[in-house]
Amino acid sequence: MLAIEDLRTPLIGPVSLAVERGQISALLGPSGSGKSLILRAIVDLDPNEGTVTLDVQERASMPAPEWRRRVALVPAESGWWADRVCDHFDAESELAGLLEAVELPEALDWYVARLSSGERHRLAIVRALANRPDALLLDEPTATLDEHATGLVEALIRDQCERGVAVLLVTHDEAQPARLSAGRHRVERGRLVSLPGVAL
Amino acid sequence: MTGYIELSIWDIVLAALFLALNAVLSITLRLRLERQLLIAALRMIVQLLMIGLVLRAVFAAGSPWLTLALACAMVGFAGYEILARQQSRLAGLWGYTLGAGAMTAAGSIVTLVALTSQIQPEPWWSPQYALPIFGMILGNTMTGVSLGLDTLHATLAAERRAIEAQLLLGRTSLEAMLPMIRRALRSGFTPIINAMAATGVVSLPGMMTGQILSGVDPQEAVKYQLLIMFLIGGATGLGVLGAVIGSAQRLTDSRHRLRLDRLADAGR
Repeated sequence: MLAIEDLRTPLIGPVSLAVERGQISALLGPSGSGKSLILRAIVDLDPNEGTVTLDVQERASMPAPEWRRRVALVPAESGWWADRVCDHFDAESELAGLLEAVELPEALDWYVARLSSGERHRLAIVRALANRPDALLLDEPTATLDEHATGLVEALIRDQCERGVAVLLVTHDEAQPARLSAGRHRVERGRLVSLPGVAL
Repeated sequence: MTGYIELSIWDIVLAALFLALNAVLSITLRLRLERQLLIAALRMIVQLLMIGLVLRAVFAAGSPWLTLALACAMVGFAGYEILARQQSRLAGLWGYTLGAGAMTAAGSIVTLVALTSQIQPEPWWSPQYALPIFGMILGNTMTGVSLGLDTLHATLAAERRAIEAQLLLGRTSLEAMLPMIRRALRSGFTPIINAMAATGVVSLPGMMTGQILSGVDPQEAVKYQLLIMFLIGGATGLGVLGAVIGSAQRLTDSRHRLRLDRLADAGR
């Protein structure tokens, strides 16, 4: 379980929230309400206060890089630091299945500059999943995708969920939580307002 | 060797006529440069005359404290210059102290070692030696440090998304920031590397030219120039390294975040 207690930064909070392993929770709310900031604070990318635990392990008890391998965040806009796609992946990680799942099996040989924004985003999700995280935070995972690609990514999310990953996603697509059987939380001015969600 | 030829005031006025000719050309061709030319020339005249007077007084006084005071004034001007040359700098006190501190530490150590173990004037702090050498070392270190810091801050801000993408995959902040740190170090080192590579082929360095004009044997002048270039290279390297690594350290924290919030925009 990913448990967040009294998470706060100067811009958000206090936020308390728990996502069980194998469960999906969705954060909805207007632009600028602080949804992305909540995700950034959970992975400790911005200075913040509060307790975050994964199962029984507290975030503060482990080095930040290890925490981010276990609690992965895929931001709305992905970052790339090398020319070729393959240079963004560890050579040992098993990617074939994940690349098949997003229908980009050949992508490792490509150059980042020729990727479309949708391809970039799908590869960014694959890149995060290659670390085999225990919790997955997704910021607008399908905003740049067409209907078909959205279906692929949603199937991938469901698959992760079945493997026992706790999933927390930010979306503007009001129908997406229902398609993913996800719990819904509304974010307003940096705080959570719970909504009657679709129970699992 | 003919020795030193003293210049009269009329020699200098005559030389200034060429500049005046440029001003006249600017007026006739409507280049509108005459005003800037005039102001720059006047500034130069005033500044050089004043430093000439100050140096003569400090040399005559022969006081270590007066020498130190002038060295401190040079550090102050150079520190301000480092700050002014960065588009974005560290916020708060760090912005004022880190670059200037690295420059001062590197420049002072190298100058002290050179005065006490290589040039060895009597006394070792003799202003006639200490101040020009400190000035040359400080000026070059200042250029390197400000270039290094400016490059570091600009590239970290531009590559923010790429750095954070790596942090999110579990890389350390050092791993994620290393390419930008390298780029900043390279940019700080470039002027001195270029200067060393071109010196003696493209131009004769100013100090060497000065010594030759005042009647020193060229071989001796070359020795002095080599000494000063090594000192400048050493001080620039230490200063740039200290400033860039210190600033990179300040722009991350123990939780491996990229702390661009610790940068302030200088008002251009």
